[in-house]
Amino acid sequence: MVETTATAEPLAHYPLDALAAGTRAIGAARLTALGPVSRLAFRGREAAIQAAGEAFGVALPREANRRNTANGRHALWLGPDEWILLAPGADPAPLFAAIETATTGLPHSLVDVSARSVTLEVAGSKAAYVLNQGNPLDLSLDAFPVGTSTRTLFHKAEIVLSRITPDTFHVDVWRSFAPYVWEMLEDARRELA
Amino acid sequence: MLIINCPWCGARPEIEFRYGGEAHVARPADPAAMSDQEWADFLYNRTNPKGLHAERWRHIHGCGRYFNAVRDTVSDFFVTTYKAGEPRPDIGESGQ
Repeated sequence: MVETTATAEPLAHYPLDALAAGTRAIGAARLTALGPVSRLAFRGREAAIQAAGEAFGVALPREANRRNTANGRHALWLGPDEWILLAPGADPAPLFAAIETATTGLPHSLVDVSARSVTLEVAGSKAAYVLNQGNPLDLSLDAFPVGTSTRTLFHKAEIVLSRITPDTFHVDVWRSFAPYVWEMLEDARRELA
Repeated sequence: MLIINCPWCGARPEIEFRYGGEAHVARPADPAAMSDQEWADFLYNRTNPKGLHAERWRHIHGCGRYFNAVRDTVSDFFVTTYKAGEPRPDIGESGQ
């Protein structure tokens, strides 16, 4: 049996560490791996939706594919009864407890999915062009304005795509798919170097 | 690429969707009272029309919801889509 020692190399904490270290700077489509954030998946009916929004500090959007933002927190509409709640900081426990307390007795589901995905940022004048290499949505500002977030696909991987500013997109992807999405984005940006 | 109108999300590319079989196939209230033939009809036999077909679709890489669509099986043209639970729209044999 192979012996493992305490001094062995730790597993890569972040799936994109090695890839991000070797990326090229391309101003028209900058690619960045963002640090950890708290992610909570919330599902519930009418009464719980209101209570969860108040506890979170951001009202949950009721319009399809919208994102509400306040104080650095985001509430993303993913489905008619499904939201993702994003908050800065790697520890979701206090936020989780606050929402759970506010929705006690109301049918709902709240799951900490902070470690499930990582977020990439694609920014620059060609950001939408790069994303469209693997995603067929209309990313013009008319069809996909700032404040839009939606689950969709990038090549073969499911992502949650958000437009933060006209030239900045966030791509939330399950962490085991992250290197795939990263390298496909690198491939799409090569022509801009 | 085929564009499908999700009743929640609007016009989206077909690769975000999965097919879900014929719509409006209701599970019998009392299966024990049925003959084997009737049960087999419910389980396996579908109308398979040439023309307009009401069918279930799921926006799996989007809002995740099931909905119903009326599609022309000859031209692959989506005549309309509507939310699950709503009755089939009154559309004739040809939607175009």
